[in-house]
Amino acid sequence: MTTASPKTRKATAAANGRPKEIVNDFSMTVATKNGSGSQTSNVTLLRAMFRMGIPVSGKNLFPSNIQGLPTWYTIRASKDGYTARRETHEVVVAMNGDTFVDDFRKVVPGGAFYYADDLKFAMDRKDIAIYPVPAKKLAKESGAPAALRDYVANMAYVGVVAQMMDIDMDKIRAALDFHFSGREKPIALNMGVIEAAAQFARETLTKNDPYVVRPMNKTGGLIMADGNTAAALGAIYGGVQFLSWYPITPASSLAEGVSAYISDLRDDPAKPEERTYAIVQAEDELAAAGMAVGAGWGGLRAMTSTSGPGISLMTEFTGLAYYAEVPIVIWDVQRMGPSTGLPTRTSQGDISMVHSLGHGDTENIILLPGSATECFEFGWKAFDIAERLQTPVFVLSDLDLGMNQWMTKPFEYPDVEMDRGKVLWEKDLDKWVHDKPWGRYLDVDKDGITYRTLPGNKHPRSAYFARGTGHDEYGRYTERGDDWERNMARLAKKFKTAVKFLPKPEVKRAKDAKVGILSFGSTDAAILEGRDRLLQGRRPLKTNYLRLRAIPFSREVRKFIEDNKYVYVVEMNRDGQLHQLLTVAYPDLAKKLISVAKNDGLPLSARFVDESIRGEEK
Amino acid sequence: MTETNGTTTAKGLNTVGLAKNDYRGAATTLCAGCGHNSIANQVIAMAYELNIVPEDMIKFSGIGCSSKSPTYFLSRSFGFNSLHGRMPSVATGALFADHTLKGLAVSGDGDTTNIGMGQFKHIMRRNVPMVYIIENNGVYGLTKGQFSATAEHGLKLKSQGVNEFMPVDVVMEALASHATFIARSFAGDAHQVKELIKAALSHNGIAVLDIISPCVTFNNEDDARHSYGWAKEHQEPLHDFTFVPMEEEITAEYQPGDTTTVTMHDGSKIVLKKTSRDYDPTDRYAAMRMVQETSEQNMLLTGLIYVETQRESLRDIYKLPKTHGLNRFTAKDLRPSKASIKKVNDMMF
Repeated sequence: MTTASPKTRKATAAANGRPKEIVNDFSMTVATKNGSGSQTSNVTLLRAMFRMGIPVSGKNLFPSNIQGLPTWYTIRASKDGYTARRETHEVVVAMNGDTFVDDFRKVVPGGAFYYADDLKFAMDRKDIAIYPVPAKKLAKESGAPAALRDYVANMAYVGVVAQMMDIDMDKIRAALDFHFSGREKPIALNMGVIEAAAQFARETLTKNDPYVVRPMNKTGGLIMADGNTAAALGAIYGGVQFLSWYPITPASSLAEGVSAYISDLRDDPAKPEERTYAIVQAEDELAAAGMAVGAGWGGLRAMTSTSGPGISLMTEFTGLAYYAEVPIVIWDVQRMGPSTGLPTRTSQGDISMVHSLGHGDTENIILLPGSATECFEFGWKAFDIAERLQTPVFVLSDLDLGMNQWMTKPFEYPDVEMDRGKVLWEKDLDKWVHDKPWGRYLDVDKDGITYRTLPGNKHPRSAYFARGTGHDEYGRYTERGDDWERNMARLAKKFKTAVKFLPKPEVKRAKDAKVGILSFGSTDAAILEGRDRLLQGRRPLKTNYLRLRAIPFSREVRKFIEDNKYVYVVEMNRDGQLHQLLTVAYPDLAKKLISVAKNDGLPLSARFVDESIRGEEK
Repeated sequence: MTETNGTTTAKGLNTVGLAKNDYRGAATTLCAGCGHNSIANQVIAMAYELNIVPEDMIKFSGIGCSSKSPTYFLSRSFGFNSLHGRMPSVATGALFADHTLKGLAVSGDGDTTNIGMGQFKHIMRRNVPMVYIIENNGVYGLTKGQFSATAEHGLKLKSQGVNEFMPVDVVMEALASHATFIARSFAGDAHQVKELIKAALSHNGIAVLDIISPCVTFNNEDDARHSYGWAKEHQEPLHDFTFVPMEEEITAEYQPGDTTTVTMHDGSKIVLKKTSRDYDPTDRYAAMRMVQETSEQNMLLTGLIYVETQRESLRDIYKLPKTHGLNRFTAKDLRPSKASIKKVNDMMF
């Protein structure tokens, strides 16, 4: 077994001559062990580059495990502003002996390989640059207490990589300052290791690969955020009053985000003993949904957040909420199913299920955010829609959108007043002027949406007994067929009314384009880049693009399909679930719809979009 | 003994100006003679006698015969007939919407101890301030007479054969789960049922009432543990139980050493007059022992088995508004200021 020494690599570099620089255009993958504390290092590199004005995205590929299994964090830098997953690895940092051999193999020819120098493996490639990182040694010399030594060891690769790729040390410091909220002690400790590592690199290593960063000005006015935090903050601005949830990957950080931020944003310092909200960690997802249904029925802005397995358990309650007409917001941060599936891998496989979740005839409102800032927007908007329509509103995010770091537009304050929907309090009932007494399910406005009263209303005519069993316009139990059909027809009408309250799709047209791409959610990044790739090469293809933002479909969806010769429906599941829903909704247009589906648990890549569509076009 | 309906007027209106009829609901659709009807009647009498404004109460139930019964009382109170075994979660959420309401939930033995055991245990551990009545008859009625988990070992039912499994004891489960008010009664003992519900309503925490409520159609043979015959024969009240609402005074005279008085959270009092045995209902360990012993002795022990008045309820643990429910907050209370959005964006990177 031979280990390349810095000396031999220096010799190689001299022989080859210094390669031409490739600036701000690479993927850097850091291979570590789960639970080894590398996240701070990775996010520091990501943030430093972001502060240098370079478009970046950060994706964590992690196992379902607390400690010990392999984890990869990938930072993509793209001068063109692309944030989708790139399938190639130009720069690899190997800190995990368990995956060392594979990590070494995956570096592209001409790429750079950084490795912890206590890992002794054969490195038999001449087509890449190889740099040692004396992580253990520097951690030991840092003076860090033994318990922190593994964590600060990760800072060594930050220093070596920063030095070799020209990442601005001031920006690294700024990133650490943010991470540690300005606490000088941890900043100094980590910065010390980084600087020592940079010094080591400066003195002993020679740059022998083309990948470098240079300052740009392409991140001004943008923020870095993950979708779950954005959704949590959005919910707070939406006036969330009740959150019941059960821990599940990849949704937990959404509920925890609400807990983390709500007190600061919502508590009235003048009334420290009075809250406007309650958060409950329930015993399971059934109870989480049940509590949200109780609270939503009681007039609170109620939500729960979960992932696919949780949705399965909540099915019983969402059916009740659909039929008893209870507003609740349910975030589904999708992961790979069926069953427990791949708990830490992304997917868009819940859309069919959620669309008609529950037994009998049901239909659900689905919102489909496509960026972190849209997670914020739908975070508040979902409550307005739920209370307006008195029905569950599902917001389908996914692991990639929810847990990874995205460059995104700043969150915008809600541009409309809160919509509390048709609620009658005591005074409203006094003034009820319709020709019939108030009835909970009486469609006086002929839009399918009826007026509700809330517990605590002291008007003697306000109460009703809510139920999931057959009921008439006055909420009374009935088993009559005509009562049942009338009520179900009204519910169908309500869902026709619903469309005008939902976000419209986002449509991007290209001049003279004849084919379209229709997609939703986190695939946006890959599709934007994929459309650019399709314009290159010998047979360029112009495409129109519709990004769906809600179901039921609005008329813009039909028009988009009509306007294009073909429409590629791109999504991350096996069966082309959105494609199926569209063919059912538009049977007359079904032949124009072509399914492009991918389901390997990884975020979609532009290459996939490009090659799949080109393949179909042949 | 104190009679709490002494305050009603000659016309039959109580102090809030309501007649007993104002507390009724729709006509029952349960079998004639069903224990549940008797309990519904005691709920009506209790609310009338306590001068409760019906809009101040809220009803909950799951699914089953028992869970239909809130239809038959308090039609002027809001209610939610929810899902099988899932009433506790719905009640918990709804009471967060307006915690100033008095919650009264009705469930059955199947709804609680078969399909709903998980939620039952958790609503007790959270000490949700609410009365939780289990109308316990050992069988499924609506689905025609299958065993429930409270059916005794060896019970023989016509279409089901012999029950081979050990029963769940609701009271024992409640003790194990730190419920703060636990009582057992028998639908045939109307007075005790009514007084226990009154006391339970004054409790600041979960009040579990296990009421043997015979199913006259499927499980009422005299040798069955949930029958009228067996319950009448084997009932042993722990004490004479009297509830004295906070606005009234104890008027009856008792011999010293004969009674134990428990002062409830709202100032109401429970007076327990000794019968045959010394019993301290604030001793959880003694309660477990007593329940176990009397069960082994084939006795139906009734009365207030355990009470703990000082523990914080869910209402206290969450800092809920002092004077109104969370559902009275409006947009101006719920949406952070426009200025705060800058701070939020700065918190990202």
